[in-house]
Amino acid sequence: MSMNAQQPADRGADLAEDLEPTAHLIAEKADTTASQQEKAHRPISRGRLVWRRLKGKPNFYIGGAIVLAIVAFALFGDLFNIYTQGQQDSFNFNSPPSAQHYFGTDAIGVDLYASMTSALRTSLLIGFLAAPTATLVAAIMGSLAGYLGGPFEMFTNWLINLLLVLPVFYVLMIVSPAIADPSNLPGAIQWLGFMPAWGLLVIAIGLFSWMIMAQIVKNQTKSLKEREYVKAARYMGVSTPTILRRHIIPNVASLLIIDGALGVAGAILAETSLSFFGLGIQAPDVSLGTLLQDGTGAAVSRPWLFVIPASFLIALLTGVALVGDALRDAIDPTSEVNRA
Amino acid sequence: MTQYILRRFVNYLVLTVIATVFSYIAASLFFYPRRRYLGINPPIPEESVDGILSAYGVNDKDPVLLRTWWWIERIIFEPLSQKLGQDLQGNWVINEIVGRAGTSLRLLLLGALLAALLGVTLGVWGAVRQYKASDQIVSYASFILISTPTFVGGVILMILATNFNQLLGFQMIRFTGSYTPGITGFFPQLWDGFVHLLLPTIALMLFGAAGYSRYQRSLMLDVLGSDFIRTARAKGATRNHALVKHGVRVALIPMSTYLAYSFGTLVAGSAFLEIIFSWEGMGKYGIVAVQTSDVNALAGNVCFTAILLLFSSTLSEVLYAALDPRVRV
Repeated sequence: MSMNAQQPADRGADLAEDLEPTAHLIAEKADTTASQQEKAHRPISRGRLVWRRLKGKPNFYIGGAIVLAIVAFALFGDLFNIYTQGQQDSFNFNSPPSAQHYFGTDAIGVDLYASMTSALRTSLLIGFLAAPTATLVAAIMGSLAGYLGGPFEMFTNWLINLLLVLPVFYVLMIVSPAIADPSNLPGAIQWLGFMPAWGLLVIAIGLFSWMIMAQIVKNQTKSLKEREYVKAARYMGVSTPTILRRHIIPNVASLLIIDGALGVAGAILAETSLSFFGLGIQAPDVSLGTLLQDGTGAAVSRPWLFVIPASFLIALLTGVALVGDALRDAIDPTSEVNRA
Repeated sequence: MTQYILRRFVNYLVLTVIATVFSYIAASLFFYPRRRYLGINPPIPEESVDGILSAYGVNDKDPVLLRTWWWIERIIFEPLSQKLGQDLQGNWVINEIVGRAGTSLRLLLLGALLAALLGVTLGVWGAVRQYKASDQIVSYASFILISTPTFVGGVILMILATNFNQLLGFQMIRFTGSYTPGITGFFPQLWDGFVHLLLPTIALMLFGAAGYSRYQRSLMLDVLGSDFIRTARAKGATRNHALVKHGVRVALIPMSTYLAYSFGTLVAGSAFLEIIFSWEGMGKYGIVAVQTSDVNALAGNVCFTAILLLFSSTLSEVLYAALDPRVRV
């Protein structure tokens, strides 16, 4: 950027370039109104609007295709494989990818393809369950704190601020012995011991990663609380849970959807990191983290053991992030062009 | 202004104390250090195990709250080097922190600083060039980098460095440990330290910068559309002047808060890198503490991390006040 050296004459063109996005918006708006006139001025529903904008985003298609492909592979990949997860082939130790072992085998002859489908199922399950759990907690805590105010808000603020000095991953690390071995659960929550490791991981990740979203929901709720329709409902004696459910949550729903979508990547990342250091899913179960841990030592000598799980992890997280980003662009009210 | 910063500092200090005490209680509840002494052949008598665990203050036969009280008592009354007790290797936790802090801080501070600089620059640059090819490339690259955990990124860099060394024919990039033992002289040591820092710093920087650049880009896009930029241009400010003095300054204000919130992620990321690159730093100490059920070591590690985040949060408040005149009343 060597704009400083530009002649004054060039500035006009430059300014026109700055204004161009606005012109683009106006054109788009005119376009929208034209298509709307065909529908006899019927106002377009918000869901339809978001969907239409989403359809115009290349990131949505790229990310969606990646995620769908990986989910399909995790669910149906086993149909094309004769080995099952954990089964050892005593004649093929350390074999590179071949027609017999599509992704190769490790030092004791375990088929990596079978491990991958199983690991992806575990990681996807944790991601797709933990993220909505965290979002649900964020919605409840945030809206209650913002609506009720007083001691409950102070308590929530305090929890959120605690996050500023204690990274979430440390909290997950502290509770991880219980995930590795449910007999480590402290007395009061011993009854959770019936859960498999992935279930405990879902609970742990869901319970400890809602803080930032709750902060945003709380601030939104505080401003919504002063709106006339909320006040009217309150003075008519509508109960707090009903007001939250009918008037507050729908207004922050778009934020929650975005958080839920992006949270999937965060949850998978948390699970992978824990399992990578032996703190999450334990053998004989596999997840992307445990496969990466096994593959790291062999990264140079037997690259397939590291490269394949790593590429799947990166592709999956990138896909989720792309979908989340497209969703944010489509939902975000500041990019609203259909206000008429 | 000073009063405001001071008030925030005290607030964070209280949070640090609470976080440390809570992590001690939680670790005491979830960790089971007795397992270390079980299943050994010949078996150790139970009284001996009790004696060992009691000496460290982690005997699970004492109630958790009592143990916590003893731990707090020790912090108040013992001399400085013994305040946080001993880890299960028998070392004083404070001594371990002092010995390891330098190693961790070198990587963490350098990585965080470079990540912030690179991220902000890329974000602003991308926003100004929105939808152009270069912006698209940076965007997709940062999507992929955000999705690469630091421990995967670190291993990829190690593979690349190994190939690079083989190409060169000698070991130029050394990446095991934080230094090579036996090197003497100031400049050789400096060079050695730099070479060892190279890969982990790059890994941390890329991971951090990817996230920052996305956030900075969207902030900058919001600012670019605002009226005051157009006014500045209309009054004859050059494009660069309007963008930097009026645009970037405003777009940096929310960024300073985001930096404080995300510093914790970088701390965790650098802990992974310490394990991958075999650095004897605080991050490795913390993860090994969890793997070996070492309550005192973990509490000490949380205390160290919390103090680190305390300073980074206060720093971000100062930055916020410096950028936003509305706070400075």
